[in-house]
Amino acid sequence: MEVTEVLLPGVGVRYEFTVASGHDVGVVARRDGEFDLIAFRGSDPDAAETLFTMDRQQAEALADILGAPRIVERFADLSREVPGLASATIDIAPGSRFDGRTLGDTRLRTLTGVSVVAVVKGDVVVPAPAPAEGLSGGDSLVVIGTEPGIEQARGVLHG
Amino acid sequence: MGLFLVELGVLLLALALLVALARRVDLSPIPFFLLAGLMLGEGGVYDVAATSEFVRAAGEIGVLLLLLMLGLEFSAAEFTATLRRHADSGLIDLLLNAPVGFVAGFMLGYEWQACLALAGVTWISSSGIVARLLGDLNRMGNRETPVVLSVLVLEDIAMAVYLPLLVVVLAGGGVLTAVAAVATALGLVVLVMVSTRALGPHLGRVLGHQEDEQVLLRVLGLMLVVAGLTHLVDASAAVGAFLVGLAIPGPTAERARSVLRPLRDLFAAMFFLSFGFGISPSSLTPYLLPALALAVVSSATKLVSGGYAAARAGVGRRGRLRAGGALVARGEFSIVIAGLAAAAGHTEVGLLASAYVVLLGVLGPLAARYADRVPVSAVRAPAGS
Repeated sequence: MEVTEVLLPGVGVRYEFTVASGHDVGVVARRDGEFDLIAFRGSDPDAAETLFTMDRQQAEALADILGAPRIVERFADLSREVPGLASATIDIAPGSRFDGRTLGDTRLRTLTGVSVVAVVKGDVVVPAPAPAEGLSGGDSLVVIGTEPGIEQARGVLHG
Repeated sequence: MGLFLVELGVLLLALALLVALARRVDLSPIPFFLLAGLMLGEGGVYDVAATSEFVRAAGEIGVLLLLLMLGLEFSAAEFTATLRRHADSGLIDLLLNAPVGFVAGFMLGYEWQACLALAGVTWISSSGIVARLLGDLNRMGNRETPVVLSVLVLEDIAMAVYLPLLVVVLAGGGVLTAVAAVATALGLVVLVMVSTRALGPHLGRVLGHQEDEQVLLRVLGLMLVVAGLTHLVDASAAVGAFLVGLAIPGPTAERARSVLRPLRDLFAAMFFLSFGFGISPSSLTPYLLPALALAVVSSATKLVSGGYAAARAGVGRRGRLRAGGALVARGEFSIVIAGLAAAAGHTEVGLLASAYVVLLGVLGPLAARYADRVPVSAVRAPAGS
């Protein structure tokens, strides 16, 4: 999916993409922290209809509901600011249980509540990896979660 | 003292009434402030003798605050990105709209320095009025809106170069001094833009503070010092203020904007009032017809230049009309420019510009609104554009 990003000097940024139903929808992210959800669906192809406006908190709530893995990226910064949130790096040992399997196979999120933010393969970093991302010995997973969750995750991956 | 306080108080209450009235009819208060200033002061219904000195001084600061806020509004990164993408549109905007004022001045038999000032008056759209209109009319998400905002940004950068040029020319400077002034201004703008990345964090640390009071005093103090210094070296004080705004980095700029906004509103209102104070309504009559003609022609050229800019971004016919209509409004900066000319003895520019801004301050918002209603044969933009 292609997201078009347009600068609104002095105001913020407009993101725009086409949804499955064929409509063009978008978000106007204002510098003051408000978000407008917009849709192009009238007879005029350039006139946006503002569906609703959200403040920062409401936008965060919506993003949570939609549960985009994208949000996980942002946790990397948040872990420094949110109490109780920690990040860690867990190695995949060569020949261990998940060497040669996929990230989805670990079911890490389901079992421990921990999110994998990135997979480090030598010099290459794969940010926001998909469940289909292959794992091999020597890789490291960058994870975000609670301290106990991360301990559990270590157990799962090393067990 | 008592009279001063009463007069100032009544003045502010009258302004409050005017703002309420302006908002009720969905117009910018700027033309109302100008009209109020005309009605008062020299040759008006009441000579505000006790406050006029104060209002004048406050107005001087108002100009600086207008430009400081303008600089705070945009980041250097936004400027450069816009310049890269929309330079053509900015050039067309200049080439279509500035000559209108210049030729009009020429036809009216003004000196060329006054013509140059008039060129600026018809060229620069009102960022304040246009940005507010886009919000009020719910057009922030529209596809022509980035173009409209980009044209405003480009006009604003151009002002940083145009104002010093105008100041030198009005002071009777020759070609060499004018070129030097433009080169210096350009150099300063580039320097500020380049150095914000390196110096920005330091400036942010010095100016940013938890207390609003500290932010207010520090930013205001820095602005006044820089503006005063640029004035002392015969450049435009307004440009100094603009550059200060531009140099202040993102998060600090946001704080400064919210802290300074009420102050800007107050002092800018004083500026528009004081501009009107110096003009007696009766002296304005011979300028009404030329101002009307100027308003009509320069509205048409803005419609074309705005439409061109939108077309370049692949916007359809209706959207092009909206873009042009939105940019018709002239306001604060036309008055700033005319004020410089009037102060240099070209009172005719001040008179013409005040009538012009009153007209376009009212016609502009109407143009923006009705650009969406006039029947355009429903032409759709090509798919995907």
